[in-house]
Amino acid sequence: MTKTDPNRRSFLRLTALAGGGLMLGLYSKAKAQAPNRPARAPLAPSDFVTIASNGKVTIAACNPDVGQGVLTSLPMIVAEELDVDWKDVQIVRSGVGRKFGSQLTGGSTATPSNWEPLRRVGASARALLVSAAAQTWNVPVEECSTASGRVHHKASQRSLGYGELASKAASLPLPDASSLTLKDPKDYKIIGKSTIGVENLDIVTGKPIFGIDLALPGMLHAVFHKTPVMGGKVASANLDEVKAMKGVKHVFVIEGRPMPSTYPNYLFQDPGLETGIAIVADSWWAAQSARRKLVVEWEPGQWGTQDSAANVAKAEELSKLPPARNLRSEGDVEAAFAQSGAKVVEGAYHFPFIAHATMEPQTCTAHFKDGKAEIWSATQFPQPGLRAIAGLMSIPEENVTINMVRGGGGFGRRAYNDVMCEAVWISKAVGAPVKLVWTREDDIQHDYYRCGGFQYLKGAIDPNGKLIAWRDHFVGYGEGEAFAHDGGFSPSEFPAGFVPNFAVHSSVMPLGLKTGALRAPYSNSAAWVIQSFLDELAHAAGKDPVQFRLELLERTPSPSPQARGRGMDPARMRRAIELVAEKSGWGKRQLPKGTALGAAFHYSHGGYIAEVAEVTVAANKKVKVNKVWVVGDVGSHIVNPSGAENQVQGSVVDGLSELIQEITLREGRVVQTNYHNHPMLRMAQAPPIDVQFLASPNTPSGLGEPALPPILPAVCNAIFAVTGERIRTLPMTKQGFSFA
Amino acid sequence: MINLTINGKSHPFGGDPEMPLLWALRDELDLKGTKFGCGIGTCGACTVHVDGEPKRACVTKVSDAAEGSITTVEGISTDGSHPVQQAWIELDVPQCGYCQGGQIMSACSLLEKKPQPTDADIDSAMNGVLCRCGTYPRIRAAIHHAAKAMQASK
Ligand code: FES
Ligand code: FES
Repeated sequence: MTKTDPNRRSFLRLTALAGGGLMLGLYSKAKAQAPNRPARAPLAPSDFVTIASNGKVTIAACNPDVGQGVLTSLPMIVAEELDVDWKDVQIVRSGVGRKFGSQLTGGSTATPSNWEPLRRVGASARALLVSAAAQTWNVPVEECSTASGRVHHKASQRSLGYGELASKAASLPLPDASSLTLKDPKDYKIIGKSTIGVENLDIVTGKPIFGIDLALPGMLHAVFHKTPVMGGKVASANLDEVKAMKGVKHVFVIEGRPMPSTYPNYLFQDPGLETGIAIVADSWWAAQSARRKLVVEWEPGQWGTQDSAANVAKAEELSKLPPARNLRSEGDVEAAFAQSGAKVVEGAYHFPFIAHATMEPQTCTAHFKDGKAEIWSATQFPQPGLRAIAGLMSIPEENVTINMVRGGGGFGRRAYNDVMCEAVWISKAVGAPVKLVWTREDDIQHDYYRCGGFQYLKGAIDPNGKLIAWRDHFVGYGEGEAFAHDGGFSPSEFPAGFVPNFAVHSSVMPLGLKTGALRAPYSNSAAWVIQSFLDELAHAAGKDPVQFRLELLERTPSPSPQARGRGMDPARMRRAIELVAEKSGWGKRQLPKGTALGAAFHYSHGGYIAEVAEVTVAANKKVKVNKVWVVGDVGSHIVNPSGAENQVQGSVVDGLSELIQEITLREGRVVQTNYHNHPMLRMAQAPPIDVQFLASPNTPSGLGEPALPPILPAVCNAIFAVTGERIRTLPMTKQGFSFA
Repeated sequence: MINLTINGKSHPFGGDPEMPLLWALRDELDLKGTKFGCGIGTCGACTVHVDGEPKRACVTKVSDAAEGSITTVEGISTDGSHPVQQAWIELDVPQCGYCQGGQIMSACSLLEKKPQPTDADIDSAMNGVLCRCGTYPRIRAAIHHAAKAMQASK
């Protein structure tokens, strides 16, 4: 029996379980659809609660976990309002499908979008159980209270466990949304308490929980040797020789299917299938060994001459021409630059392409049989994946089943389901379940890279040290009005609205490389450029860099609706900056020679983050980051402080790695191959990271991303304070700097 | 036929003796706790012990490990009761968790040699094991935590 209450925007569904339990799901109705947009999933449940007759509470997590901790933190929200003890809760992964609504992992959205609905799920279940108890005892609902999975009636000293009440509760009408009371936050027992990851034990004992650990009966192992140049084709290959190798069962060419459109946002809907050679064997090692004997002649196609150095030269050229587009203009920047007494500063910034390089390389297990595809994947975007497979294999969506498995890191990479398409295609071709595992080289050379770009900045300071003009010519990649996927620039980015004379222009050049979202997409480059150039201006103004920033944020933002730097509230940011300055002893501490502090802030994903880095630079340009202070305002509550701190520290380490990474192209091919030439920060290079949260009366926002962007400029600003040398090109190794 | 001694048990291995120990463990012997990260010895995700010494299983041939006694993360304890595993759980070290088997194996071998390691000891012993998620501050804390627990239980 299932009941729903259709009169609300989001509604619950209550189901009685065989054996006397109850199951409760939360759905939200489909939003009205824009006529030209693809159909959205009609229902968006955030979670399910099951209470068995023996009192066991199971909460199903619908969002993929690739290390950001939602498998723990989202069920915590439900358990809080349900009023059960965390130790009595069991977490399971839900399936994937339209009926589960949005299951994306990306954009630091899990906490803000689930905060309200999940508390309502918990509170609704609790209300049902309370009603069931009140009816059983024939007492008013108001006299009943709950604690630790039991309903109590104080006056008569009676109590019943949730399990005993579940069956009756399942037969009751759903509580009215307006009648629900959510807990007073001061009574929280789970939200706000550090809670360890639910899979920690499996992780530390080496249990096979990751995508790469999948094993199915009769499963074959595959490698896929792809065209090194986007859109390339196989001219010839020694397939027969490879086929004869030990353990090898199938070797064949997969003809690429071009993506529906090159720019932008094509990737979520259809990641395309690049041309390559699949080698399928009875073990992965046999497949990979055979691959080493493969000799392929490629037809590289239109992108075969692409070269990073040429792109840099082209950007330089474009920067000198009138920009192709004006993205925003206020006041008169040219007049301000020409104003008498104005101090004009110019800076040309360049940030490179970088790879995600998740610790677990891309992998997917698929079984295509009788027109149906079953998939085991750590995808961050399971539903677009499901649609992509249905489209690629020309089968109905109901015939695609995706099982979510733990992912060894995501950072945006697993939003792209290319490996899923490949695995399903190969499984169909060989008629067996197949596990496709990429090598690290495949992973680094076939990414959806963080897009590179160039920014040519010019700013002016008046004789009082006030910032009066800012012009930014963004030179990126794209075609016409379209930027490469996640490779654009937002004209409302800070300091838009805070500077009276302000202009942002853009120009683009073509690119034959897939680009995509990398943790804190766009912000991870924009913050570096803007907060570095702000520092240049502070120094030109002869002002303390923190003071200069605070003064800028004191201004009343210009009134246009999108003016306030992507919706940023300057007061919240000022508080974060003031606290981080205090925590780090900004301007208060005597630092040894060769050591200095650098500061930066950035608003993204709803989070207000300010950071200070203490950095020592040796004579040989070896950089040691001694300590980092982070202050973040991400709203009223930190659901899981342990997970939150881990995410913030990880973001800082991740951002430090980005100071030394780059992907370059030669003859259309990615040059870098593995961790030795696309390095990651190591233990000895990782500083202690002090993390503080500032509570504010706002809906909690996510923490997977916003703490990353400020660390890059904070470190570069500190390096400038020590050396007087401004890092305007990343990786910083280009200017001779490296981590000690 | 090669005989591999893994976690105290003997396993006959009939495959290619040139196969890296990593793939023998994962795909032939179904011990999936040892992870593939880079395949060239730069990331440490595949760290195991051979005769107590940390070794990169991705660049160690089965034939080279045949003589030794091999320990994988599954051999540290299957129930998570080892003080290093305990410290990892309690301090909530993992994010994605993929690197943590290699981290734990490296930490165990460090603590074997230096029961009370300094930060500098930790830096040098752990520097070869990458964590893409950036859990280094917690790994450091967990090693100190485990060192204390091991000392106390002596
Ligand atoms: S997989 Fe062996 S060191 Fe990276
Ligand atoms: S926890 Fe993800 S790589 Fe270390």
